[in-house]
Amino acid sequence: METKKTIWQPKFIVRAVYDSFIKLNPLNMYRNPVMFAVEIGSILTALITVYNIIQGHPFGFNLQISLWLWFTVLFANFAEALAEGKGKAQAESLKQARSDIIAQKLLPNGDIESIPALALRKGDIALASDNHIIPSDGEIIEGVALVDESAITGESAPVVREFGGDKTGVTGGTKVLSGNIKIKITVNPGETFLDQMVGMIESAKRQKTPNEKALEILLVGLTVLFFVVVVTLNFYAGYVNVKISIPILVALLVCLMPTTIGGLLPAIGIAGMDRLMSRNVIALSGRAVEAAGDVNIVLLDKTGTITLGNRIATEFIPAPGVEEKQLARAAMLSSLADETPEGRSVVILAKEKLRMRGRDITAPEGSKFISFSAETRMSGVDINDRQIRKGATDAIKDFVKPYNKQFPKEVGYAVDRVGGEGGTPLVVCENGNVLGVVRLKDVLKHGIRERLSQLKNIGITSVMITGDNPTTAAAIAAEAGVSDFIAQARPETKLERIRKFQSEGYMVAMIGDGTNDAPALAQADVAVAMNAGTQAAREAANMVDLDSTPTKLLDIVEIGKQILITRGALTTFSVANDVAKYFAIIPALFAVQYPILNTLNVMRLSSPQSAILSAVIFNAIIIPFLIPLSLKGVQCKQDSPMSLLIRNLFIYGLGGLILPFIGIKLIDMIIH
Amino acid sequence: MYNSALLQVVLFIIILIILALPLGEYMAKVFTGQQVWLSFLIRPVEKFLYRIFGVDETKETDWKSYTFSLIVFNAVGIVVLFILQLIQHILPLNPQGLSSVRWDTALNTAVSFVANTNWQAYGGESTMSYLTQMLGMTAQNFVSSAVGIAVAVTFIRGFVRKSVKEIGNFWVDLTRSIIYLLLPLSIVFSLFLVSQGVIQNFNPYTKAQTIQGQEQVIAQGPVASQEAIKILGTNGGGFFNANSSHPYENPKPITDYFEILGFLVISAALPFTFGAMLNNRKQGWAIFISMLTLYLIGLSVALWSEYHGNPILGLDNMEGKEVRFGILNSVVFGHSTTSTSCGAVNAMHDSFMPLTAMILMFNMMIGEVVFGGVGVGLVGMLIYAILTMFLIGLMIGRTPEIFGKKLEPFEMIMAVLVLILPSIIQLVFGALASSTTLGLSSLNNAGPHGLSEILYAFASGAGNNGSAFAGLNANTPFYNLTLAVAMLVGRFATIIPSLTIAGSLAQKKSTPEISRFPTSGPLFIISIVAVVVVVGALTFFPVLVIGPILEHLEIFTYGN
Repeated sequence: METKKTIWQPKFIVRAVYDSFIKLNPLNMYRNPVMFAVEIGSILTALITVYNIIQGHPFGFNLQISLWLWFTVLFANFAEALAEGKGKAQAESLKQARSDIIAQKLLPNGDIESIPALALRKGDIALASDNHIIPSDGEIIEGVALVDESAITGESAPVVREFGGDKTGVTGGTKVLSGNIKIKITVNPGETFLDQMVGMIESAKRQKTPNEKALEILLVGLTVLFFVVVVTLNFYAGYVNVKISIPILVALLVCLMPTTIGGLLPAIGIAGMDRLMSRNVIALSGRAVEAAGDVNIVLLDKTGTITLGNRIATEFIPAPGVEEKQLARAAMLSSLADETPEGRSVVILAKEKLRMRGRDITAPEGSKFISFSAETRMSGVDINDRQIRKGATDAIKDFVKPYNKQFPKEVGYAVDRVGGEGGTPLVVCENGNVLGVVRLKDVLKHGIRERLSQLKNIGITSVMITGDNPTTAAAIAAEAGVSDFIAQARPETKLERIRKFQSEGYMVAMIGDGTNDAPALAQADVAVAMNAGTQAAREAANMVDLDSTPTKLLDIVEIGKQILITRGALTTFSVANDVAKYFAIIPALFAVQYPILNTLNVMRLSSPQSAILSAVIFNAIIIPFLIPLSLKGVQCKQDSPMSLLIRNLFIYGLGGLILPFIGIKLIDMIIH
Repeated sequence: MYNSALLQVVLFIIILIILALPLGEYMAKVFTGQQVWLSFLIRPVEKFLYRIFGVDETKETDWKSYTFSLIVFNAVGIVVLFILQLIQHILPLNPQGLSSVRWDTALNTAVSFVANTNWQAYGGESTMSYLTQMLGMTAQNFVSSAVGIAVAVTFIRGFVRKSVKEIGNFWVDLTRSIIYLLLPLSIVFSLFLVSQGVIQNFNPYTKAQTIQGQEQVIAQGPVASQEAIKILGTNGGGFFNANSSHPYENPKPITDYFEILGFLVISAALPFTFGAMLNNRKQGWAIFISMLTLYLIGLSVALWSEYHGNPILGLDNMEGKEVRFGILNSVVFGHSTTSTSCGAVNAMHDSFMPLTAMILMFNMMIGEVVFGGVGVGLVGMLIYAILTMFLIGLMIGRTPEIFGKKLEPFEMIMAVLVLILPSIIQLVFGALASSTTLGLSSLNNAGPHGLSEILYAFASGAGNNGSAFAGLNANTPFYNLTLAVAMLVGRFATIIPSLTIAGSLAQKKSTPEISRFPTSGPLFIISIVAVVVVVGALTFFPVLVIGPILEHLEIFTYGN
């Protein structure tokens, strides 16, 4: 997959350099007010330099200031362009591919019309068969198909999409390998999954998140404040008979303005989305990603999320006087025609116990299979006069009654024990003789315990939702290590619970895949849908997990936090930097007139001009130095908030205070 | 000398805490409508007042109506006080026959007292009649403080309340501030002052023979009653021009001591009120300790600077100080009066050493949050707390929140306005004054000291402090009007956005206690102190460099 590769490739860098000039367009720059202000300053100083040249005045110093101010803007643009690079390249190729697609639209009268895919509207019906590209997002209303979704997921293994059940959703841009399907289009042009994906990574279309807006308000506020500080300083300087030229005032302003964070702010958000995508999560809302860091509670479906979808047989518990092998054989015979996953698992377990291989098993002559029904609640086989049955305890009790045989109390105990341990007991009997119990058990997904305990470590309570009875639920909950569970849940229970948690002030995440999850997903603060899920679930969610691994939340939380931390750290850094810049520039402005103010020149910078230039240069080149950090994000794994804060305050607060003193001094030594 | 100073300061802080802690708890009870030990006496009065003014005390309003009531109340206050000054010559209680006050002075004064600033462009004894002093000044001394306290408790309610629009009833808060808090305290305090020799009479000014045989006019008046609320309400507008350095206002070291405690006590108690109302007393302590830390940092620098004196003279810097107070009491008074927004003075701030003066200016420039003005000081500090928690929230990877309330763009807009508008207004007017003849012609001193005089005046105005640096003739239309604007901005650009924040926060849900980042520990205190200092320093460093710092360097470089 493209996005898994590094961004530091020549093709991305060249493109980003080019884009950083294109982005100088004021119509683009105004989206980033801080850098827009720097651009205005750059233009102003450039004009003054030109004026100096025309007038024949010395212009070298002003030219240098102007150039470095332009570099400041360009560096910021470069950061943004680089962050966009990968996603944009991917999105463009997808868009390109899709714009050529011709859709087979099914008209109400049954005719088929070939139209461009982009002309499909919500509610239209389209057909797709072998080697067709699916024209738009929709729901299969007829048929089954093998679909290659690698264009979006990067996963080369094809997946089955079919009518009925939870796997009806298809995504525009993916390819049908085989099969014929009828698709009901569920979105209008411009609102497709792909469009949303592009919208999250292209800065021009990107919606700023509330956190980002709030931070930008602070940055703009500081910019306005510093603007007033610098403009009024001109008058105060006049009072003490010092004249400051406009380029120097602009240089001071740009140094004070939070340009470091201002310049890197868009890149941080875009790069975050990009990192999320490289972990195969498509975020449809930046807000939800950032809210993931606040999540207190996550609701998980038991089936398919915590446990494998189906129960499997794990043990034969024979009745007194019955050999385990006898029980296993009977259970196997009764399940040979049982195509349910439970039935197949009984056969597999029996073969293991009997040390048989697959081909040795054939149903004996004259077998008559009885399939499971809701009325009888048992299934089995009649072989001549042998009547073998397996099923729920009550059903078997009823079945053995006519034979006037005792239902052994040991079997009754086994049934209770299995149930109490979270399993499902199946009782097997032959002609009224109860042979024993088969334990069917929910099997946890691989690694789920570890992932759930990691969630606990970062302070997220996991709540399992299941339709099982409380005893079963409790057993599984304990085994998986979830913090809490809700048993005998109806579909609407999820929604009710989320509302209740939210009204108590909790931030709730929900992970789901089924259509009946959709309302709960829509209500949750952070809603992750499985890519394999239904279209309804995917639409209601604000994130789609392409791998369909339910504990993706961990990655989402981490990236969401990283985005915020990186912004906070660089803001602190940016503001802390100002102290050193003041100590470079203020003495430079006034020490000519008042030599005693050289006391404040603590860095012992060589001349007023080199002091100002050094500050401006430091301010500009710190941006490219911090690009890798803003693209990668500040690391935050497994840390408590307190230690995280101490570390960040130390590195970015104290470090931000000290580093520019060293940096400016070094630059001064070099340029002098 | 240092040891005794240290001991006195420590003792002073302990007494302050002993007084502020129960007062804070008392206020929390008063403003949540609980029974207090004075209720048996005051509750009937309170009910009676509501009945005659037609206030339904059970009916609370949203932030818009609350703010509207507050603005109307203050606008009426300004107009009444303005007119009162213009027509005082035809009103009674004017034994000296003082004439109508000039319009620009009257306007400035009206704004000044309503905005709890009490900047005085005039000399009280030579300008204002007894009636104007009592009906105008003293009345506003009470209500402007009460308004500040009302804003503070409303702001606190914004944090406490969940998912409601109502943030309080302005008239109830105002009434309770006055009758449960300010009046009882003032009565006790004025009695104390009278017992120590502060005057309280309606006599015409006394004529006396001096030892040299010349005649001296000694102004009289109902001083003690005004003095008490001037101090307690962090008003600071003196009855006399010489303010608390006048023996009739502040006769002895003991009155001086209690005046300092007086203007600190309500502001220092409010963090505890906050803790009590939030039901998180540790949080109240954290805010208090943050303020105290800032207070002690400033005080150390000021004392250091003042005890070092002027190397050219080689003497203690006693110029401009009352001998009965000396260096320590003058510096503690000056530092306290500028860090609360009181503005009473017992020494000439103009004559402090440059770095001492810089600390006093800085206290006002950061927006009067080191205890600060009654009510608004706490609000200002909480605004800094919002800013701090915004950064902390980001740095721990959470949507920023404060005391369980999420901080969103709306709150940030308002908080940033509170933060930058008062700074902007003082920088702009200061620049105007230091670059035009209108401003410069009022200066007594040239050079950096003159600049300090201008900076101090606008810092005092925008910080709603009201103390004067002296050396600047501010009673000109230019200064009267610019300072009036600065005072209005300083006051209402804090109050209005704060009330909108309260309204917005009250409507939000509160995040569960367990999921919150602890905001009462040393890390929070260090962060908020750093934010206050850094934001203030970044805004005012350049002007301070060419004002007091340059003056300091000149004295010390050329003095040695």
